[in-house]
This record gives sequence, structure tokens and C-alpha cells, in this order.
Amino acid sequence: MKPSSNDLQRYDDSTRMNHWAIALLFFAAALSGLAFFHPSMYFFTNLFGGGAWTRILHPYFGVLMFLAFLGIYVKLWRDNVLNDTDREWMGKAGEMFAGNKDNMPPVGKYNAGQKLVFWSMTISLVVLTVTGILFWHAWFPDLPILARRIGVVLHALSAVVLVLTVIVHIYASIWVKGTTRAMTRGTVSRGWAQSNHPLWYRDMTQGK
Amino acid sequence: MSMQSSLDIVARSATTTPSASVRQAVEVAKLIDESKCIGCKACQVACAQWNELSDEIGHTVGVYDNPADLTDESWTLMRFAEVETQNALEWLIRKDGCMHCADPGCLKACPSPGAIVQYSNGIVDFKQESCIGCGNCVTGCPFDIPRISQKDNKAYKCTLCSDRVTVGLEPACVKTCPTGAIVFGKKEDMVAYGNKRAGELKERGFQQAGLYNPAGVGGTHVMYVLKHADTPEKYSGLPSNPTISPLVSLWKGAAKPLAVAAMVGAVVAGFFHYMKVGPIAEKEEEKS
Repeated sequence: MKPSSNDLQRYDDSTRMNHWAIALLFFAAALSGLAFFHPSMYFFTNLFGGGAWTRILHPYFGVLMFLAFLGIYVKLWRDNVLNDTDREWMGKAGEMFAGNKDNMPPVGKYNAGQKLVFWSMTISLVVLTVTGILFWHAWFPDLPILARRIGVVLHALSAVVLVLTVIVHIYASIWVKGTTRAMTRGTVSRGWAQSNHPLWYRDMTQGK
Repeated sequence: MSMQSSLDIVARSATTTPSASVRQAVEVAKLIDESKCIGCKACQVACAQWNELSDEIGHTVGVYDNPADLTDESWTLMRFAEVETQNALEWLIRKDGCMHCADPGCLKACPSPGAIVQYSNGIVDFKQESCIGCGNCVTGCPFDIPRISQKDNKAYKCTLCSDRVTVGLEPACVKTCPTGAIVFGKKEDMVAYGNKRAGELKERGFQQAGLYNPAGVGGTHVMYVLKHADTPEKYSGLPSNPTISPLVSLWKGAAKPLAVAAMVGAVVAGFFHYMKVGPIAEKEEEKS
């Protein structure tokens, strides 16, 4: 979608489609995985055609999500490297949560919270993929039992980290008004950029 | 695979409320006296016959073990170990198979409600119709017993002939054993008999003879009388102190409900944060 004169392009079409592919695969993998995480959520297997089908499908959802994430990782990792401003921002994160964002240090394309979300997702997805292979019985039935035991513990742990991170990620986009359209339409308003990402706004509007 | 009543179930996989457990059956046990075993494999044949299993004809792997390992169609297996002990060569033969733990790691690890059950008589049984084929029972078992079928992706193991026991018969392997090395009865009787046999072996010079009924898994409903009870590893790697792995306990223990609470709590916290603090509004651009 072409930005109008009042809008700034934040994500191109390929980044957005990549993001939504990850999002759909995340819900497929998370719901099928949570079904096995605790008996209270076993009913999620009904969404996937029963217990056996959920067991069959879950690893494929996971591997596809990991591959899709690689695409967005390559595009965005440079913008998410943490710097000194981010440390200052994190020190004041409490004020941000209280709704007083005026005292926050000026932010570039991503603030420290967004960057931490990015790295939390990256690390938890790598751990989920590697440890998931350790007990993917259909393909790797003969791995040592100790490897399976280490695998299931780290898989469950990193799954919780990823789910919590996604909850933060979704909530932030609902909380900070004007954010969601960056991914649904690719653009943000100039006012949004100026107030939430002033350094990025400056870069985007210089010489215009 | 049994006809036992659901009234006799005391534990059920992936179930957080108590199972119907008003009725209390007598706890049973199978006792395998290693010192009386001659390695004839009649128990393997009887197991295959009663359970209508016909495993593939395998290959000789250089030892008497045949098949080479437990499989989805071989639920019990004689394991032969040549062990050097005090200037002697001993041939230690152990009938391997499910130990029917009082605290079963497979049941703890299983994510499918009711796919693994424990009867009040102590038998741990797999319900293949509820099995989803994930292999978590393999991960949970301290004895490396369950096997997943390549044909149907279901888990299989010794049932302790729960279908026979429920109608008052002994397991097929017990019935067929020609030397009386395998006996079956009330658990307390089997413990008493096992200790008596161990005492007899001690009198005959096996100072380390004893009953294998490991406390780490709450005791088992398949027990051994071993000549070398101090070093059960000599018997093809029988663990000396089997327990549910701490990794499995961590994975399936208190951390799980806490993690569920954390995930639900994060959503609820977000909801209340929004209601209390409110959104960060989108502002108009300020021209400088």
C-alpha cells in the first residue's frame, strides 16, 4: 500500500506478510503445544482433529514458524541491537508502564522493550526448535533418553517464555494506539512516529 | 487392553482430579527368582502366544538375547549377561519387562488423559485407544520399557496380563515357567517369599542376595530375587536406585500449574493495566 502524504511507511509488504505467517503459525503451534502442556488445556486437541493429529501436526507448525521467523530475523536484527540509550530506557521502564512516557529517552525505530521482545522471541524459538527435535519421535526415535528428558524440560520452559513474550507483544500493540496499522497496512501516522519513535521520525523525514 | 472395571483405577494419566477409587483390590506382584531361571525363554513364548503377538524374526547379534531388545511386539525379553565375579564367570539371566512401578514415570509423563492407568491392584496399563503416539512414556520410564509401534504409533509394553489377572488367573509367563522361577500372588506374600528365597541363597554362599523392590519408584509390582542384589547393574543394566528422573519431575511437577498461572496471569495483568492506566493515545504531528 502506498503511503499517503501524512503517513510514514514502517513495514513493506513482504515484511508484513512474513509477520502474519509467523503469527498464524505461532497460534497453531502454541495451541497444539499447550494441549500437551497441561491437562487443563488438552481440549485444544479438538481444534486439530484429536490427540494423535495434534501430536503429528505440532512439530511441523513449529518448524515452519522457525523458518518463517528466519526471514524476519534477517530483515530486522540490525535494528534491534541494544545500545546505551536502551539501557537508560529500561531504567525508566516503570514510568512507561505508569503511562508517563514524556520522561522516556528519545527512541529510534525500536525502543528497548521492543528489542527485548525481538531477542526473547529469537532465543526461545531457537531453543524450541533444537529441543523439539530431541523428542520428535516420528523422525528421531532413537535419540538417548537423557537427551529427550533435557529436551522436554527446555522445550516447555522456552515455550512459556515465548507465550509470555507474545502476550507482551500483542498487548503493547493494543496499548499504544496507532501501532497495529504498522503491520495491518504498513504505515503509521507522522504524529505516532514523532511521539513514540522520534529519532526514527527524524530519519524518515529528513530532507523531505 | 484389559477388561478391568474403571472402578479399579487409582491413577490416570493427564488427569488432575481423583479417579474412582472407592474399591480397593488386593495388591498383586510377580516375583522373578533369577537364581532359578534357566534362560529357556518359555516366558517369551507364552507372552507372545497369550497376547497374540508375532514379532519379526530378527537376527543373531552374537548373544543369546533374541530379539535383541524389547519391541512393541515383544513385551518381555530374557537378557543374558556374562559377568566376571571373584575369579568366576557367571551367566546372569534376567527377564526384562515392565516393572509396574507404584510411582510410574510413564503415567506421570503421558499428556493424554487416560492413555495410561494404574489399577488398584498395582498393574500399570496402556490404553492404546487413547494413546497419541508422542513417546513421552519412553521419556518418563526409569527402566526404558515402553516401545512405540512403527505400524500404528501406539505405545506397548507388558500388561502383567491384566486381562488374566482380573479373572483370577496368573500372568501367562508365570503359568508357563517350567522351573518356578516366576511366581505370582499378593504383593505382601511375594515380598515375604522373595526375602525367604534371598535368605536361602545367602546360606548357600551368595552373601549379597536380596529382593529387588526399589523404593525410589515406590516399590514395584514386578520384583526380582537377585544373587547380586548389591550390584543389580550386573544384570544387563538393571538400575540400582531407579527413580523418576528429576528432569521429568521438574517438567511434569509443580512448575506446570505455575506456568499456566503465569500465562493466564499475564493476560489478566494486561487487561487490568489497560483499565487502570489506559492507552497511550496517538498524537497529532507537531510541526517544528
